[in-house]
Amino acid sequence: MAKQRVLITGVSRFLGGRLAQRLESDPEIEGIIGVDTDEPTIDLQRTEFVRADIRNPLIIKVLKAGEIDTLVHASVVATPAGAGGRSNMKEINVIGTLQLLAAAQKHEGLKKVVMKSSTAIYGSEPTDPAIFTEEMAPRSQPRTGYAKDAVEVENYARGFGRRRPDVTLTILRFANFIGPLIDTPLTRYFQLPVMPTPFGFDPRMQFLHEDDAIEALYSAVRDTHPGTFNVSGDGVLYLSQAIRLAGKVPMPILLPFANVVAAAVRRTGLVDFSPEQIRFLLYGRVGDVARLKEVFGFTPQHTTREAFEDFVATRRLARIFTSEQAEQWEQDVYRFLSRRPAWAGSI
Amino acid sequence: MAEPSASGAEVIKIEEARSPGRCQARTSDGKRCRNRADTTGYCTTHHPAEPSEPTALEMVLQDVLAFMRRRATGDYHVDDFGFDKDLTESVLLPALRPLFKNYWRIDQTGVSSIPETGPALFVCNHSGTLPLDALMVKVGVFEERRRHIRLLAADLALSLPIVGELARKGGSTLACEEDAMRLLDGGEAVAVFPEGFKGIGKPFRERYRLQRFGRGGFVEVALRAQVPIIPVAIVGAEEIFPMIANLKPLARLFGFPYFPVTPTFPFLGPLGMIPLPSKWVIEYGEPISTADFGSDGSIDPMLVFNLTDQVRDTIQQMLYRNLIGRRNAFF
Repeated sequence: MAKQRVLITGVSRFLGGRLAQRLESDPEIEGIIGVDTDEPTIDLQRTEFVRADIRNPLIIKVLKAGEIDTLVHASVVATPAGAGGRSNMKEINVIGTLQLLAAAQKHEGLKKVVMKSSTAIYGSEPTDPAIFTEEMAPRSQPRTGYAKDAVEVENYARGFGRRRPDVTLTILRFANFIGPLIDTPLTRYFQLPVMPTPFGFDPRMQFLHEDDAIEALYSAVRDTHPGTFNVSGDGVLYLSQAIRLAGKVPMPILLPFANVVAAAVRRTGLVDFSPEQIRFLLYGRVGDVARLKEVFGFTPQHTTREAFEDFVATRRLARIFTSEQAEQWEQDVYRFLSRRPAWAGSI
Repeated sequence: MAEPSASGAEVIKIEEARSPGRCQARTSDGKRCRNRADTTGYCTTHHPAEPSEPTALEMVLQDVLAFMRRRATGDYHVDDFGFDKDLTESVLLPALRPLFKNYWRIDQTGVSSIPETGPALFVCNHSGTLPLDALMVKVGVFEERRRHIRLLAADLALSLPIVGELARKGGSTLACEEDAMRLLDGGEAVAVFPEGFKGIGKPFRERYRLQRFGRGGFVEVALRAQVPIIPVAIVGAEEIFPMIANLKPLARLFGFPYFPVTPTFPFLGPLGMIPLPSKWVIEYGEPISTADFGSDGSIDPMLVFNLTDQVRDTIQQMLYRNLIGRRNAFF
């Protein structure tokens, strides 16, 4: 593709902003317009910022005046706290996407749309296959929260794709982000001094390093990758394993009390636990990344475990002990227990 | 303490020359030891502690400590299905082995049918009120081949606290086409129990009578993946919890497929949960090849139907043969 002009929604949020930075360093990107309701907090050089709500019909003017050929929709929010309440979140996610895609459909110059989605659309149920490929749908569609929004947003996107077959539509279903800088309910969860976990359950988790997420978005903008892709680091971690890698203390909670504890944690403002996230902490979720590697042609630099270890190392989480200490203790205990009494020396 | 003089290589040489055959060590007051040295250059008192071969007990201790360290620091690998090899080999299988060897004294026959490597679909009969027979097949295959068979489990089992967690860590996953195909494509040995709850939850009077084999989904999977089907007959599991009656209202209340009444449960309370020590035999039948049918075979319902019947009949015959051969359910 020749010189590109890109519009990014949600440029004041982490991924949108970092993507804009990444695109700025590429001379093939002629122009970048960032749209959001708040001013970006990070340093952007040549990105033009437009303070606008994507629900505003003005957005079509921005698309046309800016001669935008690539639209990156990254403003779908995952947490009610980040959007000012659940109803507002739904408004931004669902109605926002609807309006944005309606405007995009009217803009003839558009060649490419990149949508940020999530593996959350697969839900977390014991009745579903252990590993989701992009074609699979959960037996029961998510009915609440962010997952439901993500399902609806993807449906709108696919509808748009049918009406504008000339536009390359890329939907990226991201696993849980993790890394040195990104702030999500999950990163906050792992920063709690004592981590409440559901007793008797251990979910499988996939992580995507924030840098890999930016690279995946960048690659979707620069190259042509039509289709839907799960995006995650290789491999899985159990929650219990992640807690041990982070050197944290788990506090198992019996399931009937889970909602009470989640509400208490939510009230402290430390972690925004929504009901579907509690479901996630019971049964976990894993997406298949074969299509990402083989069709999209992108392999994240960090595996799930490496991404998590980078998060642990850079955030300097308060650990109860390090792995070096554990090794030392192992040797000490062995030496103590295997020490033969003096009288046994001659035997 | 006994310490070889370490003040420099030359000095040692001179002193050695002055007193050949003397111990190199220094005594506690700093003087040279005057005892006669053996071939190592030290006397018997000052013999440096040699790293002796660890005893069997010490090796166990090493393993246990290393395992505890790995668990405490998260230093182990799980696959995408959640199979935790470290935990399975160090804890789950050793915990089940006494049941296999000493309690039910399981004899295995036809073990030459178990492939050393490569994918295979084990199709087994299912009985015993609780799916302990599946766990015993897992132990049995590991004992013979050191390979981990992947059990396909009901969603109910995977949704339960603790049980579901341990099932996943032990390598089980949901009995569905997607998971079975993925495991077989990865070269794994997979075990399926097509009778499902109809099999383990059947009344005692119907023991060893195979129930309907689902809709033959397992045959479709085997045909699509082009892997051999290995029929497995498990004799003895029917007697561990003889189910006299099924309290359906209670089952509905708890959301279970059945609520068993056995001679000991629920009358003896938790004691009634102890399974009876029947004598088991697990027979592995001749592998049934699916390669001849081509992968299109899976879309031929007649072929699927016939193969399902063939596998079912084979297992039923194996069950009858073993039942005739045994003297008593408990010896």
